[in-house]
Amino acid sequence: MKELMIGNAALARGLYEAGCSVISSYPGTPSTEITEEFAKFNDTYCEWAPNEKVAMETAFGASLRGKRSACCMKHVGLNVAADPLFTMSYTGVNAGMVICVADDPGMHSSQNEQDSRHYAVAAKVPMLEPSDSQEALDFAKVAYEISETFDTPVFIKMCTRVAHSQSITQTGERTLVTKEYVKNPKKYIMAPANAIARHPFVEERTAKLTEYAETSPLNRVEEGTGEYDFGIITSSTSYQYVKEVFGDKAAVLKLGIVNPLPVNLIKDFARKAGKVYVIEELDPIIETHCKNIGVNVIGKEKFSMMGEFSQKTIAKAFGLEEKESVCLDTAIPVRPPMMCSGCPHRGMYYVLAKNKITVLGDIGCYTLGSMPPLNALDMTLCMGASVSGLHGYNKAGGEETENKTVCVIGDSTFMHSGVTGLINIAYNQSNSTVIILDNSITGMTGHQQNPTTGYNIKGDPAGKVNLESLCHSVGIHSVRVVDPYDLEECERVVKEELAKNEPSVIISRRPCVLLKYVKPKKPLHINPDKCRGCKRCMKFGCPSISFRDKHAVIDNTLCIGCGVCASLCPFDAFESEGE
Amino acid sequence: MATKNIMIVGVGGQGSLLASKLLGRLLVDEGFDVKVSEVHGMSQRGGSVVTYVKFGDKAYSPIIEEGEADFIVSFEKIEAARYIKNLRKGGTVIVNTQQIDPMPVIIGNAEYPADILDEMKAKGVHVDDIDALSLASQAGSAKACNIVLMGRLAKYFDIPYEKWESAIEKCVKPNFIAINKKAFELGYHN
Repeated sequence: MKELMIGNAALARGLYEAGCSVISSYPGTPSTEITEEFAKFNDTYCEWAPNEKVAMETAFGASLRGKRSACCMKHVGLNVAADPLFTMSYTGVNAGMVICVADDPGMHSSQNEQDSRHYAVAAKVPMLEPSDSQEALDFAKVAYEISETFDTPVFIKMCTRVAHSQSITQTGERTLVTKEYVKNPKKYIMAPANAIARHPFVEERTAKLTEYAETSPLNRVEEGTGEYDFGIITSSTSYQYVKEVFGDKAAVLKLGIVNPLPVNLIKDFARKAGKVYVIEELDPIIETHCKNIGVNVIGKEKFSMMGEFSQKTIAKAFGLEEKESVCLDTAIPVRPPMMCSGCPHRGMYYVLAKNKITVLGDIGCYTLGSMPPLNALDMTLCMGASVSGLHGYNKAGGEETENKTVCVIGDSTFMHSGVTGLINIAYNQSNSTVIILDNSITGMTGHQQNPTTGYNIKGDPAGKVNLESLCHSVGIHSVRVVDPYDLEECERVVKEELAKNEPSVIISRRPCVLLKYVKPKKPLHINPDKCRGCKRCMKFGCPSISFRDKHAVIDNTLCIGCGVCASLCPFDAFESEGE
Repeated sequence: MATKNIMIVGVGGQGSLLASKLLGRLLVDEGFDVKVSEVHGMSQRGGSVVTYVKFGDKAYSPIIEEGEADFIVSFEKIEAARYIKNLRKGGTVIVNTQQIDPMPVIIGNAEYPADILDEMKAKGVHVDDIDALSLASQAGSAKACNIVLMGRLAKYFDIPYEKWESAIEKCVKPNFIAINKKAFELGYHN
């Protein structure tokens, strides 16, 4: 059947057709839909793990037992899972195992622009890189063959444009593959003696995989028409941009296997092509390899190491004519993303900003609290860093910082890697106040369940971590729960907990307003006779409130009637329906 | 057929996903090679969002660059202006006249350029403006703005009306088919 599928859905389909039976993942844009789509199949097991390391180890366990498995994550998630990765390269697999990792050049929804191909090189694990949805599906099947033939986990590397672009994809049938589990300590117990014995296997495997890459149909030469006196080596979405600009005219070496890279194939291509350009987003992985094997190429001197490419990037680099376009004289105000109308995080941020509290932040929707008008955050680094960062900040700052600094972290992020930081706070006793912004869902990535929600990936009832008990049990004695819609209570509790001379946790609890079970109330409206245009409500930063003709007005298509703004108005101008 | 490029732009949460799903479905059924590309995640939270739809004998790049769009369908007034450089010479902008203030305007750091459509027209751009919000409400739901705009877009294509209707039936939940067909009709005929 032919369908229009996003790359992530096609990859999920490919994993399914290849007989993958277990997937464990942690959500992260742009990788999330691989797992969400896989969860729709009934005859497989699929889960959200608390973090990427747990996910990868779970997939490894499934492979060990004899089922084809996979784990999926975004590029920064691979940092979290790097520990098992490097040693799984030594153990190899039993049934095939695939690691799907999605990079985000241009940082549409990420905190850095790291290039995951470095991990494949460093861990000596093969990596396939599809350039559209059909390839995503097809490569998944090849990945399992490589995994079992060469005894290695295999990466499939996506990027935002391949992951989230829909193209026509031919689907097929599922074939189940399983292996026997046979006890094999020398292969699976990576104590020094065994690991020393396995390392030569890894090096030999890379040599064999290089041979494989020389002739695999995943690496293909498109001859071109001879019109140009150069050839192009490229992969992933950059291949699509090259084709958009040059059609079938230029000679192209299209690489589907980006680790290990072929040697003779590249040398032969370069010999025939003459001048060779390497077009790859982010870091010069292919370019460096070419130069290492003595093939002179033009790469990063012409194509940036930063951001996404497009057909325009390539046309410009080759000096082709730019397309005519319209330019307006008026400046258009930017429209950055922001917390939604009625977002429960806003209330807590309002209180923190009002009291000029230093706030170490974390990764999630609530990173948007850094935006004007709240400007509530001082730091955002990576998953979990708010909690451990606060501990260090207070150990360094002592009494100067302890009563005016907090950290904020979401429920899912706290489960991912915040809890270990909290254990450190309790163990090494910093006088720190941790605020868990519990909106009962993983929000930014599009509403995934997590260990605190009580539901699994299929929406069925599951185990539920009780945050209060968890915090108590690691040694935090003062654990308070507040409703972030109640600004007075929030302010009182924050001040009380900051004043205490012990570690404490405040759980700011109210579900995300976008959750289906959260029923919006009727929109508020502003009585223009009462509104004096003081703009105090504008400091709240709610997208539903704007200012027209000297009065605040509410957009009734956006307002969900949370009513928090009403508590800010000194003139009682906010009225609900019927007043 | 040479590749045609349509951009759908608006504010995160306005329903561009359904519009692009509808177009994708329709164009695949018509036998074209199709690419539809959008960015998920952070930008969805009330930020400026853009979807690229490309179709023809062969669609390679998922992105539409400066000077390449045949159509820009905008769910909001200034979002049309934000992406106007992507319009090709002679291209058409279909724009919902709804105004949604971005945060810099809300907090008084910037002014909303209310006359922006006039400036576009003065620069020779073919602007087809439509009060999609009113028409959608008339059809039965303010949320059907997206389908009103698809109705207007359909006027520029040779694809039969019934084909669009059947694509709506395939993309929309059964309970909402009637409202969306009405919204489509209002966009098409007004």
